[in-house]
Amino acid sequence: MNRMICPVGMYLLSSIFFISGIASAREQIQIGGSSTVFPYAKIVAEAFGEIYPEYKIPVIESGGTGSGIKQFCHGIGDNTIDIANASRSMKQSELQLCFDSGVKSVEEVCIGYDGIAFATSIKSADWNFTPQDIYRALAVTVIVDGKMQPNLVKKWNEVNPNLPAWDIIAYIPGEKHGTREVFEEKLMLNGCKASGAFDALKAFGMDDKAAFAACVATRKDGKAIDVDGDYPETLARLVANRTTIGIVGLAFYENNADLLKIAAINDVLPSEQTISNGKYMLSRPLFFYVKKSHLDIISGLEEYVDFFLSDQMIGPDGPLVEYGLVAISKAERDAQRAAFKEGRTMVLR
Amino acid sequence: MNCFSKSYLKSLPRDIRLKQRYRAEKRFRAYGYTAIGIGVFFLTALLWSIFSQGYTAFWQTSITLPVKLDVAVIDPQNRRDKNPQILITANYPVLIRNALAEKLGIAIDDYIGLRELNHMISPSAGIKLRKMVLDNPQIIGSTQSLTVLAGADIDSAFKGKINLTVSEISRKISNRQIKWMYKLAAEGSLYKAFNTGLFIFASSSRPETSGLGVALIGSFYMILIVLMFSLPIGVATAIYLEEYARKNRFTDLIEININNLAAVPSIVFGLLGVSVFINFFGLPRSSSLVGGLVLTLMTLPIIIIATRSALRAVPISIRSAALGVGASKIQMVFQHVLPLAAPGILTGTVIGLTRALGETAPLLLIGMVAFIANYPRTLMDPATALPVQIYMWANESERAFIERTSGAIIVLLMFLAVINTIAVLLRRRFEQHR
Repeated sequence: MNRMICPVGMYLLSSIFFISGIASAREQIQIGGSSTVFPYAKIVAEAFGEIYPEYKIPVIESGGTGSGIKQFCHGIGDNTIDIANASRSMKQSELQLCFDSGVKSVEEVCIGYDGIAFATSIKSADWNFTPQDIYRALAVTVIVDGKMQPNLVKKWNEVNPNLPAWDIIAYIPGEKHGTREVFEEKLMLNGCKASGAFDALKAFGMDDKAAFAACVATRKDGKAIDVDGDYPETLARLVANRTTIGIVGLAFYENNADLLKIAAINDVLPSEQTISNGKYMLSRPLFFYVKKSHLDIISGLEEYVDFFLSDQMIGPDGPLVEYGLVAISKAERDAQRAAFKEGRTMVLR
Repeated sequence: MNCFSKSYLKSLPRDIRLKQRYRAEKRFRAYGYTAIGIGVFFLTALLWSIFSQGYTAFWQTSITLPVKLDVAVIDPQNRRDKNPQILITANYPVLIRNALAEKLGIAIDDYIGLRELNHMISPSAGIKLRKMVLDNPQIIGSTQSLTVLAGADIDSAFKGKINLTVSEISRKISNRQIKWMYKLAAEGSLYKAFNTGLFIFASSSRPETSGLGVALIGSFYMILIVLMFSLPIGVATAIYLEEYARKNRFTDLIEININNLAAVPSIVFGLLGVSVFINFFGLPRSSSLVGGLVLTLMTLPIIIIATRSALRAVPISIRSAALGVGASKIQMVFQHVLPLAAPGILTGTVIGLTRALGETAPLLLIGMVAFIANYPRTLMDPATALPVQIYMWANESERAFIERTSGAIIVLLMFLAVINTIAVLLRRRFEQHR
C-alpha cells in the first residue's frame, strides 16, 4: 500500500512548492476604482488593444472610487494596481494614506465631466426641482419655527406646491459611490444653505463640519433609499413605480432614454452645453490617478495614459463623448497632456 | 359461538380512529403537494424570466454585404509593398460603410446619413476586414462578400428590445435607421444568425462583440485547481480524523472549526486570499490560480464534512472483518472502507464544486471581477469566472447587455447541469461496482 501513499505525499509536497515558488513580472496594466469611469476606461482599453497589438489589454476593476483609491494606496510593486479611476478628486486623507505606504508620486489626470441627474420613468410627470426642494424632502432633520425636529414631510407638494402630490420616494447612491458626494455637496448642502437651515444650525452652536453633517444626513424612514448597486438597479425600481425618482448618470440615461425621463434642476436640463458652461449644477470632473514609479516598470502604461489623453479618445468627437462624457475644453486637454508629459505629481498639503 | 355474543362484540373497544388517521394521512399528502407546488411555481417563474429574456442572446443580428476593396481607400499611393504598416492603419470601416451606403442608395455627401450608417455596423467589422486583407493582400481591388455584426442598437431594435413607439430623440436609433433596417431585412442581407461569439469572444465594451470566452476558460481553470487541491487534501483530512485520530479535546476543536469554516461567508475567504496569496506569497492579482486557491479553501470544509459522514456510514463490521483476516490499517482503509464511501465523497465533492463555480464574492477582492479582454493562456494570467461575467453584464447600461446577462445565466445553468449529470452517472457506476 506504500506505493499509493507515497505519490499522495509527493503530490501534496509538490503543490506546496508550486504555490510558493512563483512570483512573476506583470505584463498587463491593472486598473481599479470608480464604476462611473469604468465604461470609459473599457472603451479606451479596448481601442488601445486594437491600436497597440504589442501590449495586452489592461485589466479594469470597478469597485467604486473609495475602494479603488484604497487599493491604489496599498503600496507600490507588481501586486498593486497602477491606476485608480475616480469620480471625485482624491482627498488629502487618502493622499496621506498613499504617502504613508510609499506611494509618493501620484499623477492626477482629469478626463472630462460627467453629469448626474434625477430621473423618473418616462410615464412620470415633468419634474423641476430646486436644491431646496430636495433638501426639505430628504433631510433627516429640518428646522421648523427655529427648532430642530425630525422631517415628517410625506408628499412632494408639501415641499413645493408646483410638485406633484405623490409620496416622496427617492433612490440615492449609497455611501461607497463617488456620486454620493455630488448629491451631498451640490443638492443637500446648497438646499440647506438656501433654506437658511445651515445658518440656523450654526446658530445652535455647531461648527461648519457638524452643520455640514447635519445638512447632508438623509432620512432613514424609507423616503430616501440608498442604492448600493449600480444604475440598472435604480432603473428597475424607477420603471416599476412612476412616482419615484432616482439618481442616475447621464451616460446611463442616454442609453435608456426610451424608459427614463430627466428632471430639471433650477429650470435647467442637463446637456453637453449646460454642463460645460456650468449652468447645470449636478456635474463633476472625472479623474484617474497614476503611479509615476510604475511608468517605467509596467510596459505600455505610459502609452495607455497618452492614448487616453489624446483627442482621439477624450476629444469632442471621440468615442467617450459619444458614450456620454462631457469633454473638457481644448486648453484644458492640452494642459492635462502637458502636465502628464512633465510628470507633475500631487503634493501633500 | 355463544361465547362471542353479539352484545359482547359490540362492546369491544374497536375504536382505532381509522377515519381520522386516513384523513391525517391525506392532509399530510396535501401539505406535501402544496410544498412541492410552491417550489415548482417559483422555479418555473425564475426559469421563465431567465429564458424569456435570455434566449434572444443566442442569436445575433448580422449583415452580409458585397464590399469593394477599393485601392484608392486602402492604399492611395500604392506603397504597401514598401510599408506594410499601411495595410494595418488603412481606413477599413469606410469601405464597409460605403458598401452599405451603395446598397441603400445613400448619397456620398449625406453626412448625417453616413454617420447614422456607421452606427448600424459594429466597430469590430473594420478589424475583421483588416484581418481578411492582411491574410490575403491579393484581394485588394476585388469585391468580397463580407458578413459583419450589426451595431448593438440595431441588434436590440431588430429583436424588439427597444421601444420604437416613443419619440425619436428618446431612443438610440433614428427613424431612418429603422427604415434601413427593415429594408435590409426584406432583402435578406440583415438577418439573425446563431451567436457563436457569445461563447468565444472576450469581454468588450461593445455588447455585440462581448462574450463568455475568458469567463469559461477562467471557470474551467479554477474548477481544475479546486479539484486538484481540495479533493486530496479534504479526503486525507477526513480519513485521518475519522480512522486514525483519537477522540480528544484537540480533535473536537478541529471538528468544531471545520464545521464553522463551512458556514463562514465566502467574502471572508476573499480577504484571506488577498492577504495570504497576493500580499504574502506574491501571486499575481486577478489570476485564476489565486481564484482557484481561494475557492479551494472555501470548498475544503464541505468536502471534509461530506467525506467524514460517508466514511462513518460504512458499517464497522467491514473494518473488523478486514482487520480480522489480517489486513493492515492502511489496507483496510484504502481497499475496503474508501471504495464503499466513494459515492458519498463524490456527492460532497460535486456539491462543493458547484458552489465554488457559482461564487463571485471572494473573487471581488482578489481582482477577478474585472474587465479582461485577453484570453488567459496560463494559470497566472488574469481571468474572470462565469458568475462574475453575469454580475458585470448586469451592471452595464446598454440594452443589449440585458439579454446577454440572461443568456450567460442559461450557459451557467447548462454548465451546472452537465456537471451534476456526470456526477450522478459516476455515482451509479461506483454503486454498481460494490
